[in-house]
Amino acid sequence: MILIAIISLGGIGAAGAALLYATSKKFEVYEDPRISEVQDALPAANCGGCGFPGCAGFAAACVKADSLDSLNCPVGGASVMEKVATILGKETSKADPTVAVVRCNGNCDARPQINLYDGATNCAIASALYGGETGCSFGCLGMGDCEVSCDFDAIHINPVTKLPEVIEDKCTSCGACVKACPKNIIELRKRGPKSRRIFVSCVNQDKGGVARKACSNACIGCSKCEKECAFDAIKIENNLAYIDPVKCRLCRKCVVVCPTLAIHELNFPPRKEKEAEPVAKAKLQPEVAASITAATPEN
Amino acid sequence: MENKLIISPSPHIHSGDSVSKNMYGVLIALLPALLVSLYYFGLGALIVTLVSVLSCVLFEFLIQKFLIKQPQTIYDGSAVLTGLLLAFNLPSNLPIWIILIGALAAIGIGKMSFGGLGNNIFNPALVGRVFLLISFPAQMTTWPVPGTIPMDYVDGQTGATILSLLNEGATELPSYTDMLLGNMGGSLGEVSAIALLLGFAFLLVRKIISWHIPVSIILTTFVFTGIMHLVNPAEYVNPIIHILSGGLLLGAIFMATDYVTSPMSKSGMLVFGIGIGLLTSVIRLFGAYPEGMSFAILIMNALTPLINMYFKPKHFGGK
Amino acid sequence: MLRTFRIGGIHPPENKLSAGKKIVRLAVPKQVIVPLSQHIGAPAQAIVKKGDVVKAGTLIAKPSGFVSANIHSPVSGKINKIDAAIDASGYKRTAIYIDVEGDEWEESIDKSDKLIRECHFSAKEIVDKIAAAGIVGLGGATFPTQIKLTPPPGSKAEILIINAVECEPYLTSDHILMLEKGEEILVGVTLLMKSIDVKKAVIGIENNKPDAIKHLKKLASSFSGIEIMPLKVQYPQGGEKQLIDAVMRKQVKSGALPISAGAVVQNVGTAFAVYEAVQKNKPLFERVVTVTGKKLSNPSNFLTRIGTPIHTLIEEAGGLPENTGKVIGGGPMMGKALISPDVPVTKGSSGVLILTKEESVRKPMQNCIRCAKCVNVCPMGLNPTLLMNATEFKSWEMAEANYIVDCIECGSCSFTCPSNRPLLDHIRMGKGKVMGIIRARKA
Repeated sequence: MILIAIISLGGIGAAGAALLYATSKKFEVYEDPRISEVQDALPAANCGGCGFPGCAGFAAACVKADSLDSLNCPVGGASVMEKVATILGKETSKADPTVAVVRCNGNCDARPQINLYDGATNCAIASALYGGETGCSFGCLGMGDCEVSCDFDAIHINPVTKLPEVIEDKCTSCGACVKACPKNIIELRKRGPKSRRIFVSCVNQDKGGVARKACSNACIGCSKCEKECAFDAIKIENNLAYIDPVKCRLCRKCVVVCPTLAIHELNFPPRKEKEAEPVAKAKLQPEVAASITAATPEN
Repeated sequence: MENKLIISPSPHIHSGDSVSKNMYGVLIALLPALLVSLYYFGLGALIVTLVSVLSCVLFEFLIQKFLIKQPQTIYDGSAVLTGLLLAFNLPSNLPIWIILIGALAAIGIGKMSFGGLGNNIFNPALVGRVFLLISFPAQMTTWPVPGTIPMDYVDGQTGATILSLLNEGATELPSYTDMLLGNMGGSLGEVSAIALLLGFAFLLVRKIISWHIPVSIILTTFVFTGIMHLVNPAEYVNPIIHILSGGLLLGAIFMATDYVTSPMSKSGMLVFGIGIGLLTSVIRLFGAYPEGMSFAILIMNALTPLINMYFKPKHFGGK
Repeated sequence: MLRTFRIGGIHPPENKLSAGKKIVRLAVPKQVIVPLSQHIGAPAQAIVKKGDVVKAGTLIAKPSGFVSANIHSPVSGKINKIDAAIDASGYKRTAIYIDVEGDEWEESIDKSDKLIRECHFSAKEIVDKIAAAGIVGLGGATFPTQIKLTPPPGSKAEILIINAVECEPYLTSDHILMLEKGEEILVGVTLLMKSIDVKKAVIGIENNKPDAIKHLKKLASSFSGIEIMPLKVQYPQGGEKQLIDAVMRKQVKSGALPISAGAVVQNVGTAFAVYEAVQKNKPLFERVVTVTGKKLSNPSNFLTRIGTPIHTLIEEAGGLPENTGKVIGGGPMMGKALISPDVPVTKGSSGVLILTKEESVRKPMQNCIRCAKCVNVCPMGLNPTLLMNATEFKSWEMAEANYIVDCIECGSCSFTCPSNRPLLDHIRMGKGKVMGIIRARKA
């Protein structure tokens, strides 16, 4: 009896093993071993910031590509790409690390609310419906699509200003928030030396007067910064200034001349005493305040 | 700036329907059955119902307040409903401490562990009942004999239900009139067919549920047990007795139609109902348990996501 | 047994406050703002410049694409500027501002009230006149009419269906138009029948308008091939596919055009505009607008020029009530909440609805309890709660597989949901995304 049981069970086991082996051989898919090697070197965030579906897709693309110039893992940055390059024996271009910046500074004080939104809390839905709760139809809606989209806990809506703020140490510049923002406010910019950056924190393309009426912090396209810039880094287009991160030498002169304080500087050391209170700010603040009152509709 | 206009996507009006309106609607539909049980089981029924309802609400409150820290939902009526349905599935002489365990199982395991109303897979009241049935089989299957507003609680005279009698092979059964009115042994709410059907009519009129699930369950059970009865009348009883006895009507009308755990499309509802009918009949006729309704509903609850996936609503202009 | 469409549907409170109120012709305002985007498709292109003098009926903007329409000046006066203005879309878009001087009309327009029944134009000429008059679907969809009257090659219309159901609560502009301009509408229907060469037309009217049904039935006896069909009151019967199902018992396939069922659907207001365009040479520059609301002292039906700011209509109807929460362009189910009452009337404005604060604010959202009420009411047989989840989780494949693009945005699901979930908000967004994905795939 025992013998029969052993033989039959053993037979079933052996047949099963043979079957498994045969199928695994028949349906085996050859995969370049380097792909898994590259994948091990990647940060495994699967954020899609590289433009491929997950780290595995990116690894396969790296192995397949002739040069790594157009491929970049935004999360890992240069160090990871160098590792990948050594594994594959290819050259890598040194992509400058980037970081997300929010180009809207229309906080609650600057942008008077003209209506109330009562739909689903979702920027994409609100933006399909209308311009937003304030007179500025370009600015941040503040409902946090970017916050939801971020896998790295790096962007949060500030409860006071209702604007998103980026935690630069956590930001991997994967670009998820850039895609999530229906107003295209978030931009990936060069991180810059010591993380120092200067950018125009506004995307309003209305004419100066209109923009100013809607938001006292708006870029009004006055071109003062353009004239001030010695490096030809600032261009005005559609009533809006844009600072080219490549040409910008971080001299900070434009920050001072901006009448609406729309140009922001990040991670710079504090200015010296006499510069600490920019002339423009002191001079123009009452005017800005006046424009807010003027912008308040009567009803 | 007093008059800021409100902006929202369309539609700008709402039917005024709400979760609590539906829940309280079901509670109203359960009132006739509750009155009948108070008449036949008296004080015991009152104690069991009160303890069950209050403890369910309390457990929901405590869990939301201290464990998962969600906003309170005890006013939407769903905890009250779970408590009442649980009580309806218990014998009227069940000790209070067992009821408390049942309520904890129903709310804690059946509902809140999934994230509260809307996320649970199984009908919470049935989770509580089955938990007790398996843990305390003796207490859960001794039913007091119905009287006229009896004032005794745990020490009253006990008897068996029709189904347990059948399972043991007895032949002496209550009359159809007694079954319709509820003058027979059994859990609190399941005894009176007329009271339950009254509630069914109310639910249909108020459009709280549709006919699909209850009718398909009852018809399937009737047909299946009917065929078995025709094949062997000596072994299997008349299908009408199956319909009127045990928790079939209570389950078909009030438990299987639970929004959260039943399919969404009409065709899915029919499949769901037929499944419950078949499983109930099979368990009753061939299984070790005399009653199969709760198990049948729980099994079909588990299949609901699958049914939802394969039985989609009829698409306009569809193939 | 009255007919209606066979899947889903709801019956919201009708609230036809302005029913039976005679059409009142409004005085021409001091300034009109004529948006260049009053129709679906490409915005029209302005052909006038600042300082130009125009008359009522002068062409001021030309189509800039295949799906686009002419726009005519609704008033006589001088072009003040061409600048951005907030319109019903909620965004600033280009519009022509005209300062009104007097009220002079183009000489070609026949201003008399005399009914002209005879028509000697060919089908082609009728369609050309409709295109020249800038007529778009006046039910609210604002699809250029001449395109609907030119079926794609290989398809042939068998029946013309006139949408006179007015299933939106509150609105009464079509209703009063049928009562006051019944004969003109029927002539318009005859012209439309001639333009697409069909022998049969059905005017579908919900039976909450018995006077209109009776009136048109009496008049229709002297027109050949026009049938008046009373329909059971059910929203959204005015949806093109729903109306075809109700009238013809035929369901247009997913993604197909109504012409595939042999039907062309036109709104009753459009039929009247066609009459005026063809028989009276009058371009579309005024329309009937219902102004209504429970707190409004005098709900009315106004005949008003396109471009009139909505606040002038509201003042005529008794002024903006205190406690106003929402001003809606259109009806309560599909209308758009307006940012300000300064938005101008456009070709597609069928009504202005004013809701109080209490009526406006949505109740807090709760968990989905899977009650399937949204599934039961969806007129397209979709599963709204599934589609909302798919959209929230950005699962576009799942949304597409469950026919999200078939959604007609009628709002029955959000209206019904006992948990107050904003189903349509999400589905509308998801539908847009999925349509974009499908377009990208085809390209």
